[in-house]
This record gives sequence, C-alpha cells and structure tokens, in this order.
Amino acid sequence: MKQQIIISGLGGQGALTLTRLLAEAAAALGLDFITSETHGMAQRGGTVISMVKVGPFRGPLIPAGTADVGLFLHRRNLAAHHFYLKPGGVVFINSDIPGDYHNIDASGLALSHGWPPVAANFILLGFAAARKGLFCKVELLAQIISAIMPARFLEMNLSAFRTGVDQAV
Amino acid sequence: MESKLINGDTHRILMGNEAIGRGLVESGCSLAASYPGTPASEILPSVTAFAKEEGLAVHTEWSVNEKVAYEVALANSMAGRRSAVSMKQVGLNVASDPFLRSAYLGVKGGLLVIAADDPGPHSSQTEQDSRFFAMFAKVPVFDPASPQEAKNMVGRALELSEKYELPVMLRPTTRVCHARQNIPLYEPLKLERPARFEKNPPRWCATPQFLRELHRLLNDKIRRIAAASDFFPGLASGDGSFPTTCVVASGVAFAHTWDILDEMGLLGRVDLHQVIMPFPLNRDFIDKIKQRYARVLVLEETYPVIELQLAGGAAVHGRLTSSVPSEGELTPEVIRQVLEQFLELPQKTAPAHPAGGGSRPTLCAGCGHRAAFYAIRETFPEGIFPSDIGCYTLGLNINAVDTAHCMGAGLSQAAGFYHAYAADGGEVPAIVATIGDSTFFHAGIPALLNAVLQKARFILVILDNATTAMTGHQPTPESGLAAGGTPGQPVFIADLVRACGVKFLKECDPYDIPAFQGLLKEADRYCRSPEGAVAVILAKHPCVLNKQVGSEQKVFQVEVTEECIACRHCLDEFECPALFMSEVTGQAAVDPLRCVGCGVCVHVCPTGAITAREE
Ligand code: SF4
Ligand code: SF4
Repeated sequence: MKQQIIISGLGGQGALTLTRLLAEAAAALGLDFITSETHGMAQRGGTVISMVKVGPFRGPLIPAGTADVGLFLHRRNLAAHHFYLKPGGVVFINSDIPGDYHNIDASGLALSHGWPPVAANFILLGFAAARKGLFCKVELLAQIISAIMPARFLEMNLSAFRTGVDQAV
Repeated sequence: MESKLINGDTHRILMGNEAIGRGLVESGCSLAASYPGTPASEILPSVTAFAKEEGLAVHTEWSVNEKVAYEVALANSMAGRRSAVSMKQVGLNVASDPFLRSAYLGVKGGLLVIAADDPGPHSSQTEQDSRFFAMFAKVPVFDPASPQEAKNMVGRALELSEKYELPVMLRPTTRVCHARQNIPLYEPLKLERPARFEKNPPRWCATPQFLRELHRLLNDKIRRIAAASDFFPGLASGDGSFPTTCVVASGVAFAHTWDILDEMGLLGRVDLHQVIMPFPLNRDFIDKIKQRYARVLVLEETYPVIELQLAGGAAVHGRLTSSVPSEGELTPEVIRQVLEQFLELPQKTAPAHPAGGGSRPTLCAGCGHRAAFYAIRETFPEGIFPSDIGCYTLGLNINAVDTAHCMGAGLSQAAGFYHAYAADGGEVPAIVATIGDSTFFHAGIPALLNAVLQKARFILVILDNATTAMTGHQPTPESGLAAGGTPGQPVFIADLVRACGVKFLKECDPYDIPAFQGLLKEADRYCRSPEGAVAVILAKHPCVLNKQVGSEQKVFQVEVTEECIACRHCLDEFECPALFMSEVTGQAAVDPLRCVGCGVCVHVCPTGAITAREE
C-alpha cells in the first residue's frame, strides 16, 4: 500500500488536524507513514500545505507531480499546489464551484449548521473518505475522531464528518 | 489531541521535535533550556510533557534568550548531570559565545546542543548551516534524516558527550522537526546523579595560559572521535551497475535521495552512503571514499561540510562544483535533477512550482499589532520604522516596518538612524521602532539602555501582546509562568524600561487608534523638546489567538454601509483579512467567518463607511 496525499489550506484552517487524523489512521492499520506540515510565519493566514505519505517512504516531502490525492480546504490554493498531483490524481475541494474535481461546499455547510469555519475540514474529510479517495475507510476515521478529538468538540466534529459522508452519495 | 487509544502504550505518533524531547527524557536528561523559535519550538514543551507523564523531576525553562539558556544548561552539566539546550539556528549565533568556549573547557554530564536549521528558509532570517558552526567550534554534530533517527541520536550523543567531556550537537532541519512518524517509546533511564560541582579553576576559569593546552586536548578529542568506528556512515550497497560512483548524503536529503532512487528504480544499484555524523567525518570513511570511487556526489544541507572534508582524491561533486545548487532547500525535485545529471540519465521534467499563487501571511483579524502599525504609519507618513522579529514583522505588509534584521536589532537601528540624521545636521524624521514583548526581553534591554546612554531620540513602541505568539504562545517573563505552567516570579516591562533611564513612558491599548495617535504625537514632541530622549509607548493588547482574551473582549457587529466609495484604503493600508472587495456590490465588505468584531476598522475608513454596533 502506497498513497501520497497533500492537504492544502490557509493558516488556521485546520490542515494540521487532518494530517494528524490521517497519520493515526495509517498507524491503526499498521501501515508505515511519514507526514510533513507547515509551521511558523505562514500559519498566520498564509498558504500552508501538509503531506501524508503512507507506505515504505523515508522522506517527508512529496515530489511535484506524484501525489495521488489532494485535499484542498480553499479553492484559492489550487493555483499554488495543484502541481503536486500526478496525472490522474484525485482532488477533493471545499468549493461551491464545480469543476474537474470532487467538490463540496464544506464552508457553506458548516455555516448553515452553525459550526465554526474549521468544521469544514471534517466535512471535506468525510466526503473524501466516502468517495473512496483515501487509504482508510469512513468507519476507521470516525473511530479515530472519537478517540483523539477533545471531548468538547467531539460531537460537532463527528456531525461535520458525517455531513461530508452523507453528501458523497 | 492525544493518540492513546489507537496506538497502545508502546508507540506514539510524534513530530520530530516531540521525538527529540522524548529522547531527552528517556536518556536521563535532568535539565532542558530553550528560547522559542521555528523550527525548534516544540522540543522543550515535549520534554516538559513527557517528564510529567513519567513522573520525573526535570527542570525545563524558557530562558530569556539562547545565550542564557546555554549557560544554564552548561552549569547543570558541570554539576555532573545530563543537560540539553535547544534553539533555532540563528539562536546559536546568540549563544555562540558560551558555545565556542565550552568546546575548550568541556563538560561533565552530557550536554546536547540542539540547533534546528531551516534550509529554504521557511521561517528564518538566514539558511545558515549549524553543522558548520559545530565544525568551527570543534564540536561533533549529528544529522538525523527522520524523527525516529533524531530520537535515537539523542541518547548516543549524550553518551558521546560524557565519554569525551565535550558538548555534542544535534542538528535537525525543518523537515525533520515537523515530520511525524510512529515512534516506539522506551522506559526512561534513571540516572542516580546528585548534583556535584567539582571545583577546578584552571579548567572552569581557564585563563589564556591554560587555553593552549585545552585547545590541544580538544583537537585530540576530535581526532579520536574521527578515528572511532561507532559513527561510521551507513551504506545501502549498489549491485555494481555504477562500480566507481557513489552518492553520499546526510540529514533529510538522505531520506529524499532514498525515495527518489527508489522511484527511479536505482535503489540497490548505486552505492548510497548515509553520514550520521558530518563532523568530524570518520577518517576511515574519508580514505575509503577516496580509494574506492572515481566520482562522488554529496547531498547535504545547507553548506558543504561533508564535501569539504572529502576534498582531494575522487572527483567530488557538490555545492563547490555547482553540481548542487548553492542555496535553497534540497527538495525532492532538486535532488532528482541533480541525481539525473550526476548519473548521466535522461532528464525528466517535473511540474514546476507556479510563481506566486497562494496567499501571503498577514496579521490575524483583530490583531492589536495591526492597529498599532496603522496608527504609527498614519501619524508619521514620512517616518522611519525599524522593527524586529516576530508576528509583527508582518507590519511590513502595510508599510509600517522598514527593517527586520535580528532579535533586538530594530531598537539599536533606531538609535543608529537618529545619530546618522542628527550628525548630518538636517531634519531628523520621526523614527518609530517597534519590538514585541518577548523580543524586548530577549535582546531589547541592552539596546534600550545604550540608546538612552547615547542620547538618541526616537519613539519605541513595545508591542505587548502578553505572549510569544509567532512560535506557539510560550509565556513571557511578564506572565511569570514557568515552562510547565507553574507560577514563577513575574518581571515587568515597565519596570525595566524605567530602569534603563527612560523618562517618557506611556501605556495605551492600540485598539483605540485616536488615543494612540495622540500619544504618538505627544511622544514625538517630547523627542524634539530640549530635554528630549527616547520615548517609550507600551501598546498593550493581548493576542487574539489567546482563547480567554477572545471570550473577554468586547465584540462589535461591523458593517460596511452605502457610504463606501471603494477607495480600498481599509484593504491596502490596514489589510484586515476579514475585509474584502465584494464582487457583488463593488464595495468593501466584512467576511463574517473571519471577523472577530474588534471594531478597529471603524477608525480606518476615511468616509466613515464602516460602522459598529456593540453586540
Ligand atoms: S470601507 Fe471605507 S476605506 Fe474601505 S474601501 Fe470603502 S470607503 Fe474605502
Ligand atoms: S471588526 Fe473590522 S478590523 Fe476587526 S476583525 Fe472585523 S473587519 Fe477586521
């Protein structure tokens, strides 16, 4: 099993949370993995990217043109990070504008449920998992969210995740 | 967010920095000191957390700067106990004085110096190579390729340090610091080492007469370490397809090289050596490379440390021969291209990084610094604005930051600018220096004292947000909180400013832009008055990322009315990320998802089009 995933967002959107959830999922499946994330100045609203490499990799970075999956938390980031995807790589994106990718208006859904904007990343994750874009299944991710997210956000995070799953059909 | 259930007790998913912290606790380290700085910031909190989890008494501290941190750790080592000091690479510049001398005088308990480099750079003012610094200081240095390796090296480095009574450096880079892996956990070593400082004035106070001998001892230690087989580079052997060619790599460049050779189908076909200790490079390894190969490619970040030691003999390709770019990060794309060229393979063109694209960082919506910067620039459109290192460097987006050099430099630059203009005899422009609270404690105090002493005249705005925000909200001395969150003794900025001899000291919440502008004008008049000197304004507003503050401060419902003439002043000169130009109305608008309701923008719109109602 080898899968290379990029998670692209703006600082503060919760790209790090998705990275950690996917890392936990890989660990739970007994798969090797290494991840990479953005810290520092760019976290102040700048463009950030995380990478998750599942399988027998050693380096934490995904070379340009080789990612299997892209999770885009903001449409603006397509221009900046789409080049990481391999030809035929699959993109899941938080956007209400349809295109050459799987899109879901995660921010709009979060708003309509009265959730804070960061809930959008759980919606996008549920959507991508339910569309079978990821190395791990919906149920495993739900278990991991329950196991590691702080109790006070758990219910909202899970509902957001389920919302994404429901939208995938 | 803890990963306890899924992973059991034997492994933990850890970031490189957390793995290093865990390694310190497992190796019986009894004191760790640090000053925050990306990419090293998470090391110290990890030591604190794991020591607590294991019920171990480890003193951890956020020292006021890296030099202080180094000296605190050094003394713990002189008392026979294992110690660590961690910092970002430029922090080592600050700590270089004690660092270089401690190589001569040596240590007792193991002393690990962790200097995290930032090739790229991503979040630093240089991409200097700390391994070069280790070589300069004559101190052994380890170069991990992954979080797992970094953790393993911690224990080995401390043993080496004790064996040779020499500080030892661990040099992770950003990519190792911020990578995550599933890391096995082990029982911490329980060292029974009561603190015992043995006096030895010729050594610990070494005057010049003793230093020549100490230098000879140091040279001898380095020679013996280079001759020891313990840290001989690893080898993934080729199959003879490239009989007289090899690749030598270290750090994360090795990990990337491994992956790329794998992708190219060349793993196991060309000899790939991994150097784990770039300095001193193993003597036998150097001889072997020279004898066995005709062509050698060296991949290392960021300066040619291994390459220089391999010079003479086989044809060494690296940065010195321009086979590898002399600056910038060795990303997989760069390494691939270098490998293809070196191995004389057809070049595969990788998709290029698009120029631009993405969003530049900016101060957060509701950030008090933005209000302060806006007021400063509006009050003194012709002013000179030296600044410093932190979130607030982003004030350059709205032209309120003219210099950002190194910790504390803005304050001395302000004094220097004053003397330049004053000596010139012409009109002295308004000079307004800005410095963050944490930076002020770190390096601002001697600079302020000197400016007062030298009769400089400028305005110093201390941007006090009650935290070290940029690097993840470490406490500042004013909070009086120790690294573990326990109460310590607070030290106040205002007291320090007064003690530096400053006579003009006012305080203001920069959210109140009119009042703040009034103070700036008053400060300017003071600077220009006969008895004028340095004027200091404490701009106090807590960081909005502090959750408690977020819930305590007043929240306004902000709206852009029909009066908006689309002049873009609020967007270009103030740049709150919650304001944008609506494609629908052609006027400015507020993004309710990002607006924190600080109400500051009301003061900004020249036509009064932005209105606020208290919620
Ligand atoms: S809200 Fe005011 S400052 Fe902003 S564009 Fe409109 S008129 Fe200009
Ligand atoms: S009130 Fe104005 S300045 Fe404050 S966050 Fe909202 S839009 Fe930005």
